[in-house]
Amino acid sequence: MIRIEGLTKRFGETTVLNNINLEIEDGERVVIIGPSGTGKSTLLRCVNFLDRPDAGRITVGAVTVDAAHSRKREILALRRATAMVFQNYGLFANKTALENIMEALVTVQKRPRQEAEQRARDILSETGLSDKADNYPASLSGGQQQRVGIGRAMAIGSELMLFDEPTSALDPEWVGEVLDLMRSVAQKRQTMLIVTHEMRFARDIADRVLFMDGGRIVEQGPPEQVFDAPQDARLKRFLSRVAG
Amino acid sequence: MRGLDLEYMLGLVPVIAGYIPLTLAIAALAMLLALVLAVALAVERVARVPVLDALVLLFISFFRGTPLLVQLFLFYYGLPQVLSFLTAIDGVTATIMGLTLHFAAYMAETIRAAITGVDRSQWEAAQSIGMTQVQMMSRVILPQAARTAAPTLVNYFIDMIKATSLAFTLGVTEMMGATQKEAAGSFLYFEAFLVAAVLYWIMVEALSQLQKRLETRLNKAYAR
Repeated sequence: MIRIEGLTKRFGETTVLNNINLEIEDGERVVIIGPSGTGKSTLLRCVNFLDRPDAGRITVGAVTVDAAHSRKREILALRRATAMVFQNYGLFANKTALENIMEALVTVQKRPRQEAEQRARDILSETGLSDKADNYPASLSGGQQQRVGIGRAMAIGSELMLFDEPTSALDPEWVGEVLDLMRSVAQKRQTMLIVTHEMRFARDIADRVLFMDGGRIVEQGPPEQVFDAPQDARLKRFLSRVAG
Repeated sequence: MRGLDLEYMLGLVPVIAGYIPLTLAIAALAMLLALVLAVALAVERVARVPVLDALVLLFISFFRGTPLLVQLFLFYYGLPQVLSFLTAIDGVTATIMGLTLHFAAYMAETIRAAITGVDRSQWEAAQSIGMTQVQMMSRVILPQAARTAAPTLVNYFIDMIKATSLAFTLGVTEMMGATQKEAAGSFLYFEAFLVAAVLYWIMVEALSQLQKRLETRLNKAYAR
């Protein structure tokens, strides 16, 4: 169970997130859509405290962190209960594909090296990258890097996987393979919170779609409802724009 | 004008070269200590711990702002006068101390710049998987900063090898001191110091070859 209560984030004078409340069931796949600069990414980044919220409480499984009195140890626990896939991949440049996936298992979860390596190899094969195990990120294509990025997040076995526009930085030719991998993650009933501009993908895999605008969740519901019978005028305008 | 006494020079080579191990040992030990200290200083400069930061800045300012020779004299001749327990300090120890502090001040800034240069995505990825600050630094940030800093750090090491010659002024018989003694006996100053110069030069050139190999290794991960 994921619970976000009263989440507020300001950058200077601008309120980027305005009292966000959200509950996500275990295994639920939630997709956030909306215009650029409406706080979608910031919401994700506040969930694992990459951006420190100004107010609000985040609960992921057994971990609860309150922005008003967050301790270092709590923030670490929260981050360990989540896994993030970044727009720009964020693979460790000094580590091979295999090492990237092993890193959290060995360094953070303190699992035995051999066990971690076995798990990492299993995941590489699941992502279709077994032959790239010893490649460094610089020698991988964008699509391959992002698949390793997703593999790194899968390996952690977290309560919640966060996807921050995972295909936005990709050349069009690599988008398909990354979305395919995300579909296969979704099939395992992994709890996912996804920010994306891929509307067809959102419709396919989401249990629930959130539309954000101006730092608030304006409308939400099952994909058929949000895409086919939008209520709010801003959502209608947004959908007509992205449908092009 | 007179010709060079080549026979004298050849005879001098093994004598002076005999002190190469001492010179290298002083430089290597000082480099190792300076690196450890410089990394600590650099990490502090990035983290900006209150109070400590002001002290680190003062340290760096002083050791970059004063001549190495003055620092060596300060340690060797000066400190024992105010700190009585240091009376037993010998020239080699004082040299290593001086070189360590002096070069750590310079290297700290190089390493700090390299750390700051590591892409923001690397810090965030490390944080996102729940690494502690120490894990993030040791596993992700410093290894990547090392690649950027390496060429400059090797340059400082080269500088340091040459700077060991100042130990001579603290009465240490190393390459420079030995050359001085030989020259004073033979009066063949030009020949003696030419031999010393060439030996320093060869050491530094050998190191430059190692530098190339080190850089190739550090760049391995980043080749497309």
